[in-house]
Amino acid sequence: MAVVKLKRPDLAAGEKLYLGAIFKGFLITMKHAFDSLRGKTRGSDELKSSGLGATMQYPEQKWDDQLPEYYRGAPALVTDEQDRERCVSCQLCEFICPPKAIKITPGEIPSDDPWAKVEKRPKEFEIDMIRCIYCGMCEEVCPEQAIYLRKDYAITGLSREQMVHDKERLYEIGGKRVGLVNKWNELK
Amino acid sequence: MDLLTDIIIILAKVIGLTFMVVLPLVPISVYFERRFSAIIQDRVGPNRVGIPLTLFGAKKDFSLFGLVQPVADGIKLFLKEDFTPVHVRKAFYWMAPALTIIPSLVTVCVVPFGSPITINGEQYKMVIADLDVGPLFVFAVSSLAVYGITLAGWSSNSKYPFVGGVRSTAQMISYEISLGLSIIPVLLWYGELNLSNIVEHQALNGWLLLPLWGDSAPWNNGGDFSAWIFWIPATVAFLIFTISIFAETNRMPFDLPECETELVGGYHTEYSSMKFAMFFMGEYAAMVIGSALIVTMFLGGWSLGFTLDEKLLMDGEGNWLWFSGLVHMGVFLTKLVAFILFFILVRWTVPRFRYDQLMRLGWVIFFEAALINVFIAALVIAAPSLGILTTIIGAVLLAVVSGALIWVLKVSEPKAQPNRGLLGQN
Repeated sequence: MAVVKLKRPDLAAGEKLYLGAIFKGFLITMKHAFDSLRGKTRGSDELKSSGLGATMQYPEQKWDDQLPEYYRGAPALVTDEQDRERCVSCQLCEFICPPKAIKITPGEIPSDDPWAKVEKRPKEFEIDMIRCIYCGMCEEVCPEQAIYLRKDYAITGLSREQMVHDKERLYEIGGKRVGLVNKWNELK
Repeated sequence: MDLLTDIIIILAKVIGLTFMVVLPLVPISVYFERRFSAIIQDRVGPNRVGIPLTLFGAKKDFSLFGLVQPVADGIKLFLKEDFTPVHVRKAFYWMAPALTIIPSLVTVCVVPFGSPITINGEQYKMVIADLDVGPLFVFAVSSLAVYGITLAGWSSNSKYPFVGGVRSTAQMISYEISLGLSIIPVLLWYGELNLSNIVEHQALNGWLLLPLWGDSAPWNNGGDFSAWIFWIPATVAFLIFTISIFAETNRMPFDLPECETELVGGYHTEYSSMKFAMFFMGEYAAMVIGSALIVTMFLGGWSLGFTLDEKLLMDGEGNWLWFSGLVHMGVFLTKLVAFILFFILVRWTVPRFRYDQLMRLGWVIFFEAALINVFIAALVIAAPSLGILTTIIGAVLLAVVSGALIWVLKVSEPKAQPNRGLLGQN
C-alpha cells in the first residue's frame, strides 16, 4: 500500500489567531438562520417545508402525494373484479414472513359456492402490525397476487389488539384490483 | 414605618429580580436556545406546546410559537422519578445541585438593572445590594459554583462524573485568572468598583466600547482622545472577559465538564429529575448573570446611550424622570436577551475545544494577554499626566517586556512532532 505523506498546512498569523475563522463561522450560521426564517433554506421545496427551515409539519402536511412508486406501506389483501378473495390460504406468506407477523387460518369453500373450484380461502388472516417490518416478502411470494403493500404508513393504535389487522381490515385497506393484475407490471 | 417601607422595597427588588427576571429567564433562554439553534440548523424547534384550548371545547389549540414549552419542560422535570443511586455519598450528592445554583442567584444582587426610581420623594437604586466591591463580589461568589460541580462529580462515585468534576475545577482555576485580570483595565478606567455608578457614568459619558458622546468624545472634551485610545485595551479586555465567562459558565466551546461524547453526560450523569434540572438551571442562570455583567461593564448596562438618556429621560436639573427607571429596565432586559442570543449563536458555531487547547488558551495566551493589557491600559490612562517623553519611554518599555514575554513563551513551547500519522506509532 502506498504511503501518502500529508503535510499539515502552515497557518498564517491571522489564521492562528482563530478569531477570523470564528467570525466566518458566525456568518455561515447567521446566513442559515436568515435563510431559514425567510423560507429559503436549500432543499425546502423538494422537502415540502412548512416555511421555516427544511421541516415539514407532519400531521398538517403529509407526504401522501409525494410517496415514491416503490413505497412499501401496510400490507393488505385485495379482491378481484368479481369480489372474489384472491387469497387461497396457501400460507406461503406466513411461511416467508421474517418477523412472523402473519397468521392464517385456512378454511374450505363450501361446494355450493360459485368459487368452489378454488377449494380454500382464509378463514382468518391476521397481520400483526407491531411485528411487520414492511419488507414486502409476502407480496413477492404470493402466487395469487392477493397481498400487496399499499401506501398507508400512519398505522397507530391504543392497544396491541388494535394493531393486529384482521381479514376485514386487510380487505378494507387493500380494496379491489381491477383488470389484469400482474405483480410485476406497472399497474402494481 | 420607614424601616418597613425599606424592607418592602428590598423584598420587592429581590423577588422582582431573582424570581421574576432571572429565574424565568432560565427556561426562556432554554426555549430561545432550542428555537434559535433549530433555525440555525434549518429546523423548526419547539413550536407546538401552547394553550390547550381544545381541552375546554375550542376548535383549535393556541400554539403561541411554542412559548409554553418551558412550562411543559418544567412540569416534566418535576414529575420525573427522583432516583438516587445506592453507591453515591448521599449528603454531598444532595448538596451539589444547590451549590451550583445558589451562587449564580446570589451574584444577581449587585447587578444594576435600571436607573434610580423615585418613590415619595426618595430615590431607590434599582440594584438589590449597592456594594462598593461589585465585580469582586461577583467573582468571589460565582467561583463557588464550581464546588457544586466538583462535589457532584466526586460524590456520584462513578468514573465519568468524577472526570467531569475534575475538569471543571481545572478549567475554573485557569479562567478565573484571566477573568480577574481582564477586568482590571475597566476598573482602572472608571476608578470605581461600584457597578451602579459605573453604569451611570457610562450612560452620561459613553459606553466603554462605544465612546461616542459625553466626556469621552473628543469634540466635547477639548481634544482628549484617551477614551478612543482606551478603546483598544477595552476591546481586548472585552474579548478576554467574554471568552472567560464562556468558560466560567461551561458554555459550548468550553463545555468539557459535561461533554456527552467523551464523558457520557459529565458531572451530572448520575442525576435525574429536579436535581439534574438544578444543574441545568445553574448553568443557564450563570449564563444570564455573565451576560448581565458584560452588558453592565462594557455595553452601558441599562443606559439607552447616544445621549438619549439625557435628552429623553432627564429633567433640566439632571434628575431622572419618574418613568425612566421602567424604560431603563426594559433596555437592560433587551440587551441581556440580545447577549444571551449571542451566547447561543456561539454555542452552535464554535466546535468544542480539546482539553489541552483549553488549558493552553487559559494559561498561556489569555493570562499573558490580560497582563500586558493591564499595563497598556494603565499607560493610556496615565499618559495625559505623564507627558510625552515619559509616555514614549513607557510604551517602549512595555513593548520590550511584551516582546520578551512572547519570545519566552515561543522558546519554551515544545516543538511540534512531525505528523507521521498512524505509521509513526509502529
